[in-house]
Amino acid sequence: MNIHEYQAKQLLAKFGVPVSKGIPCKTADEVHKAYQELGVPLAVVKAQIHAGGRGKAGGVKLVKSADEAKQVAEGLLGKTLVTHQTGPEGRVVQTLYVEAGSDIERELYLAVVMDRAAQAPVVIASAEGGVDIEELAETKPEAIAHHRVHPVKGLLPFQGRAIAKHLGLSGDQAKQGAKLVASLVKAFMAKDCSLAEINPMIVTTDGEVKALDAKMSFDSNALYRHPDVVELRDLNEEDPKEIEAKKFDLSYIALDGNIGCMVNGAGLAMSTMDVIQLKGGSPANFLDVGGGANKEQVTNAFKILLSDKNVKGLLVNIFGGIMKCDTIAEGVIAAAKEVKLELPLVVRLEGTNVELGRKLLDESGLDLQTASSLDEAAEKIVAAIA
Amino acid sequence: MSVLVNGETKILCQGFTGSAGLFHSKNSLAYGTKLVAGVTPGKGGQTIEGVPVFDTVAEAKEATGATVSMIYVPAPFTADAICESVDAGMDLAVTITEGVPVADMAFVKDFAKGSDTLLLGPNCPGIITPVTDDSGCKIGIMPAYIHKPGRVGIVSRSGTLTYEAVWQVTSNGMGQSTCIGIGGDPIKGLDFIECLKLFQDDDGTDGIIMIGEIGGTAEEEACEFLSEYVKKPVVGFIAGATAPPGKRMGHAGAIISGGKGTAADKKAAMKKAGVHVCDTPSVLGETMKKVLG
Repeated sequence: MNIHEYQAKQLLAKFGVPVSKGIPCKTADEVHKAYQELGVPLAVVKAQIHAGGRGKAGGVKLVKSADEAKQVAEGLLGKTLVTHQTGPEGRVVQTLYVEAGSDIERELYLAVVMDRAAQAPVVIASAEGGVDIEELAETKPEAIAHHRVHPVKGLLPFQGRAIAKHLGLSGDQAKQGAKLVASLVKAFMAKDCSLAEINPMIVTTDGEVKALDAKMSFDSNALYRHPDVVELRDLNEEDPKEIEAKKFDLSYIALDGNIGCMVNGAGLAMSTMDVIQLKGGSPANFLDVGGGANKEQVTNAFKILLSDKNVKGLLVNIFGGIMKCDTIAEGVIAAAKEVKLELPLVVRLEGTNVELGRKLLDESGLDLQTASSLDEAAEKIVAAIA
Repeated sequence: MSVLVNGETKILCQGFTGSAGLFHSKNSLAYGTKLVAGVTPGKGGQTIEGVPVFDTVAEAKEATGATVSMIYVPAPFTADAICESVDAGMDLAVTITEGVPVADMAFVKDFAKGSDTLLLGPNCPGIITPVTDDSGCKIGIMPAYIHKPGRVGIVSRSGTLTYEAVWQVTSNGMGQSTCIGIGGDPIKGLDFIECLKLFQDDDGTDGIIMIGEIGGTAEEEACEFLSEYVKKPVVGFIAGATAPPGKRMGHAGAIISGGKGTAADKKAAMKKAGVHVCDTPSVLGETMKKVLG
């Protein structure tokens, strides 16, 4: 789960990470007021979307007056911002963050990420901030420091000092830097983050070390124990079909194609998408219906798949282990009837009671095809929508 | 033959009296698995389905000699349950539960350092060793009937995709020595390397099927190990060639990030290591049949 920059800053500030004063706004008038409230000559108006690359796309603007701020706001609110991270469809800007401007002397990079190889959080730091860290990792890996954080004890003071040194900080700035890193790690671990990135972390001309940007993502498996984080969720940043799917405990990801898929099991679901593409088709989605492929779940799943206007046909691939194939077949038949399905449907079932399941499908009176292998199912649906 | 578990292995179930634990325990028992104890704190002293229930893993182990634990405890309490098994000195703890916070698993791995207890999972279908056509040791949620005793070892991150592979092996007239589901989470117990080594060292396994998916670099690292250590034929498949980067595809660990963990990279690593790579799971069975000759 992701949150906006302003929310991340508010959260990190609670843990002692220094951030500039800022005010989130929903209207141009609010932006006008915010500039005045900040009481500084230079402010920054920043589009709040769950994606990076906003600056390059014109989503971050320096302003020197309340009127200028309002004008910028009018130009940004309600518009679709396309950055190299949003995909071509972009994101609609609904919130702006007005922040006091900073006189930047240096830009640094700092992040904490849950690392599978280290089996622990890892601090990533570089004295070259503001840039694409992945690009830097390719071109100049020695510029990046990695420090494994003890998964229980957290960051040790000597690590904070080493990181500050790597960042080229000395004297009082080194102390500030070490403190900032420690606070960031504390927040990361306290809130079960998967990522907490400050890019850039800056040193101002006054010698202040602070976070100029903040990006935080959270482990969705841990959200049950962070209701305060769940409250920060912005549904506007998520695909409505994905939100709907989550309500029914379905795992759904929208893609670009026109063949809707319903499968049980994430690995099998990914494979189904892969095989559709291999056979010349284009999957419209990933959908894992999990262990609950009963009539209600299948109907919910069909409705979500069909709400995608691009979908021209459906492929159902279920390997029934505990769930019996006849039960699944009944579910598919009932769902197809309830949604009055008119698109081509191919059903591939395997597992317990498979013969009975296929018989039910063949005798259902519905316009559908059955298949015995995944390859065959993919070939049939690709042909059916051609 | 088999790896890790066989027809004689005694297992206990943590979370035995919960609905998932009880349901799957009954299926294990029906398959002839030697499930000798259940553990649910506070429910000790009862007997359910002929299985005695204990309050703690230590008591259950002491009373019954169980050496492997099967864990169905809900996600908020799973880490604690795994640690209890480690502390009790179990040989293997198999965690089926999905949704365990990643930080909890980081803690569990730290807790387990220095112990001899092997961990499998979480978020995994489990491990099964078929002994006859309808019996064996079933530790997990896999459908028993698709398995047949034989000489193909299977290791996989996926659940239903594994059943696909098992089904094909069985349908092609072969059978499985042991099937190990390592699960879909980023921080977990046994990974590919350990399982490949077990299969290579097992006299009862002639060929290995390896099923991976996007996210992380475990398959790539396994392939480096494979080139050095594994002489038996390996057939492989990687799910997620069409997955977009940055999106979690169901499994907590199935996410391409920072350019790493793509299906293309993993397939390339497999090919380089001499693995017979399948572009579709539908040919896993026939490919294994061909390479075993």
